[in-house]
Amino acid sequence: MRRARDPFFWGLFSAGGMLTALLLPALFLVAAITAPMGWFGMTGYEEWVALASHPVTRGGLLVVAFLAFFHAAHRFRYTLYDGLQLYHLDALISIVTYGVAAALTVLAAALLILVV
Amino acid sequence: MPDTVKLEVFRYRPEGEGEPLYETFEVPYRDEWMVLDALNQIKDHQDGTLSYRWACRMGVCGSCGMTVNGEPVLTCATYLEPFLPGPIRVEPLHGFPVIRDLVGDLEDFVGKLQRVKPWIIREEERSPSEGEYLQTPEEMDAYKRYSMCINCMLCYAACPIYELEPGFIGPAAIALAQRYNLDSRDEGARERHEVLAEHEGVWSCTFVGECSIVCPKDVDPAGAIQRYKVDATLDFFRSLVTPGRSP
Amino acid sequence: MKSQARIPTGRISDPGYPQASNPEYTRHHPRWYRRHMPIFWWLRKFAYTKFILRELTSQPVMYATLFLLGKVWVLSRGPEAYEIFVQWLSHPAFLAFHALVLVGLLFHTVTWLNLTPKALVLRVAGRKVPGWAIVGAHYGAWLGLSGVILWILAGR
Ligand code: SF4
Repeated sequence: MRRARDPFFWGLFSAGGMLTALLLPALFLVAAITAPMGWFGMTGYEEWVALASHPVTRGGLLVVAFLAFFHAAHRFRYTLYDGLQLYHLDALISIVTYGVAAALTVLAAALLILVV
Repeated sequence: MPDTVKLEVFRYRPEGEGEPLYETFEVPYRDEWMVLDALNQIKDHQDGTLSYRWACRMGVCGSCGMTVNGEPVLTCATYLEPFLPGPIRVEPLHGFPVIRDLVGDLEDFVGKLQRVKPWIIREEERSPSEGEYLQTPEEMDAYKRYSMCINCMLCYAACPIYELEPGFIGPAAIALAQRYNLDSRDEGARERHEVLAEHEGVWSCTFVGECSIVCPKDVDPAGAIQRYKVDATLDFFRSLVTPGRSP
Repeated sequence: MKSQARIPTGRISDPGYPQASNPEYTRHHPRWYRRHMPIFWWLRKFAYTKFILRELTSQPVMYATLFLLGKVWVLSRGPEAYEIFVQWLSHPAFLAFHALVLVGLLFHTVTWLNLTPKALVLRVAGRKVPGWAIVGAHYGAWLGLSGVILWILAGR
């Protein structure tokens, strides 16, 4: 079991790293900057709702969220324990970082599946 | 061009006051001199007690690695010229306990090299009468880069993780393990996996990447580690979907 | 098990030490000097600072993901809620902050894609694919996907 931990979380970390590297800049640029500013094409509420309630969008977003959370959690865990030299707290840091990632994934799933 | 250049040399005398200090020496400047030549000038003409390691003076023995102005280098292959006008600060390699002056302790490094079993492991040795093990150029190409390592430890000195977590098996040891894992004649990957798959094996590495930058032989330990992580991860997830295979 | 063997510490008290049986023998002087990593070790070299900044992109990634989910939630609360949301977002302070997040995301993308040839070794028809081709393919994929996203979300 101990042996399984590292490749498992590293696998999520790299999958998340790749996915967020490829998708997040464009998604964030549109959702957070150009759309609210009304700079290009799709700016209206109706259009966004149509897009956001589409099952493909929701499914894709859930995958992105799950991997992005675990990517960030893994990276931040190492940043804390190497950057701040907190080796003795590794167990605690792991539980908190991965725990937050898992909880946020559950919340994201609830939002994307239940909230219409 | 100056006639002389100043060197600030890290001095530590275990029998003396305890705290290390920097001693400044002025050595004649020559265009063709390496940092090691300047240290030899000090040792021969100024202070015979200065301690440091060197042997071949041609970048293959791997013993003259030191920190010069903050960077781990082979002093026999580093000109004085780019550091002009000086002073040039010479310290022992980071990450290793200092025995005296510029001499670091190798025990930990050598022990780690041995742990990855850097030799060809066969389930069954072929007898000489059966002929040699043949290898195609592509098969040799798969590991050749990793076989160029001269054990100079510059990669360890450049790695902040090794300094922070001395248990980390470290760049050169992993590159050397891969040198044999990727050799078509070798069958020892499973045994080495025992060591590499520990947390202090490949998983301590966070890919700072400096090991590959300072390596004088272009071994690319960072790449070796990364590839091992990818392979170990793929193996693990494959073993999840294929029952009966152990990771 | 063999693999459990401790790494020799080099200390004479270590049972693995060759001369442990003769306590009189000191192979090297026992008074080592050890330097300690300062807490701000990542300021020692530019490369280390860059490394820590790269690692900290986990935070922009986290924020951007939460933001996207937050936007979906706001959309579900009706047009008025969305109107307020948009007003907040077009505030200069928010815009500046989001520009910073975007810079972090781009830093993550660039550093991540640049390292792909280290992790990926491909052979096509017996030949090793050169690193620049692997990086190039990944940048191509990034630009292509970004193009598709921009076209769907902002192009019409
Ligand atoms: S991998 Fe390179 S830097 Fe490291 S010990 Fe070998 S030759 Fe030296």
